[in-house]
Amino acid sequence: MNRFQWGETTADHGESHITSQTGVALYDGNDKTNFVGGVLGLTTHRLMWKENYGKSTAICLPLSLVKSLEEQPSGFAKSAKIVVYLQEPVAGQPSGPASFSKYDFIRLSFRDSGESEFYRYFKQALQDKKWEDKVLPPSRPAQGGRHRPGIVGIERSIQQKQKQTDSSINQSFQDLKQLMDKAQEMVTLSKTIVSKIKDRQGDITEDETVKFKAYLLSMGIPNPVTRETHGTGDSYYKELARELASVLKKPIKECGGMMTVTDVYCRVNRARGMELLSPEDLLNACDLFEMLRLPVRLRTFDSGVKVLQLSNHSEEEVTHKTAHVVEENGSLTAEELAQLIGLSVILSKERLLLTEKVGGVCRDDSEEGLRFYPNLFLTKT
Amino acid sequence: MRRRGAGVAAIKNKNLAQAKYKDKGNEIAEDQITQMTKQMETFKTYLEDFAAKHKDEIKKSPDFRSQFQEMCASVGVDPLASSKGFWAEMLGVGDFYYELGVQIIEVCLATSHRNGGLISIEELREKLLKSRSKKSQDVSYDDLLRAIKKLKALGNGFTVLTVGQTYMIQSVPGELSLDHTTIIQQAQSTGHISKSQLIKDLKWEEERANRALNYMVKEGLVWVDDQTGSDRQFWFPSLFSANTS
Repeated sequence: MNRFQWGETTADHGESHITSQTGVALYDGNDKTNFVGGVLGLTTHRLMWKENYGKSTAICLPLSLVKSLEEQPSGFAKSAKIVVYLQEPVAGQPSGPASFSKYDFIRLSFRDSGESEFYRYFKQALQDKKWEDKVLPPSRPAQGGRHRPGIVGIERSIQQKQKQTDSSINQSFQDLKQLMDKAQEMVTLSKTIVSKIKDRQGDITEDETVKFKAYLLSMGIPNPVTRETHGTGDSYYKELARELASVLKKPIKECGGMMTVTDVYCRVNRARGMELLSPEDLLNACDLFEMLRLPVRLRTFDSGVKVLQLSNHSEEEVTHKTAHVVEENGSLTAEELAQLIGLSVILSKERLLLTEKVGGVCRDDSEEGLRFYPNLFLTKT
Repeated sequence: MRRRGAGVAAIKNKNLAQAKYKDKGNEIAEDQITQMTKQMETFKTYLEDFAAKHKDEIKKSPDFRSQFQEMCASVGVDPLASSKGFWAEMLGVGDFYYELGVQIIEVCLATSHRNGGLISIEELREKLLKSRSKKSQDVSYDDLLRAIKKLKALGNGFTVLTVGQTYMIQSVPGELSLDHTTIIQQAQSTGHISKSQLIKDLKWEEERANRALNYMVKEGLVWVDDQTGSDRQFWFPSLFSANTS
């Protein structure tokens, strides 16, 4: 730890920021330090650790002092770590948090994950050795495109190109990281609001809760707030529900009055072609059918199978018909029934199970399959 | 040392203090909602910038996609939750996964009469790549797993089973216990197994092996082969290596 120096986080000439990671603790060799839960930053010249984003003073380690890196993958109750082996400190360096250390290495502990990515960047930065580049002081006017003669020039331009492609890949990941950091802030903020809402249900206005729920939806943050206000807001789902009901009425009827939600999902998305619906969207819209008094209803069977059925669907009629068909044929399996009445196997199975529940048929469960017989126990005893 | 107030007066004071804190809490919460609105707008602009630069890359690179998904998961955000979300609208991630979901459903439905609703992830991917148009993007196993995770909510029992080093996708409702998946794992290398082999390798009692095997026969996951004489063989159509080229 005695290689660290106090410094500012503002970049020097030619230095640029590469990445940062929150939730990092520093170990002096195998000993713990007080530098826990901070932000670890990597630039082309230094490794920096500061307490949080807001601060501008940090402890810095010049990358030139790094000999090598090693990864320690996470284990049970242990976070992933990077071990950084260091060279002897340079005499006369600015002061740091420790003037003596018995170790020649430090360890970085990633409590918030992000270790493998940081390691990748770190290794790259060590390879690039940007701190060795001669940097022109900014007062000199920049000269565009120096022409270097001969092989050296060609080599240089190849190197340039490679660095460019590397940097564009790095750039994507860098951009992604920055985007995620912003998303993280949003998530933290929403968590505090959610706990406030939970604590006093009535005090935040209806409007605000609806607005807030719309935010959660846009961000893709799972919404733990209860669905009590569901019916009043969410015009998007209402519209969607209406659209679905009108589009699906005929196909469902043609299918015998019932269609699995999976089937609905496929048909709707195939028809749309673009701007497809997510499964959750579909289910949220289906939940509203009853409230909006649309002629289609969502129904979940005991087995977990979800279907959309017409609201004028009569349970009794179906079980009577099924029992009748079974009797006519002596006995039926789900596959046979499916072929007879033109339904999918899954739905015929559900029909048979339902009819069994009310006592219309009896099951014969063997390794040859599940077969249903008319329920003679009820009729003949 | 201050004496703690006692009696009715203390209770009243406490209630008053709590009410005041509540009001203050209210204020703070309202401020936070306004703050959230502002942050939301800023975030949207960041996302738009990002989309302008990287939207194509997300569509083309499975690596980048999986990185993106992992980071979203670690932040606590689900980019596939709704087609109305920022992510779907601006990055178009939604359409990629939802369409993949439709195609997965179709492949599973088409093969379920043969394999009982159980398919290996390799076979699934191969069939998908065949049916997708030539110019469409490459699909990785990570993509498949994420799309299937979303399909579970639809109620058809979409589950991912870990069997040895690979995954099997179940597309019909029904519980496959640990015993069942263990049997599948044992049969993985050759695609079939006999009861005696099971009993020998796993040291199970006959009854246990019977129960597990019979269940799978009933569900159509396994075919019975008595051609080898007294030792009945059980074949798994979902494990046939002819399925994957």
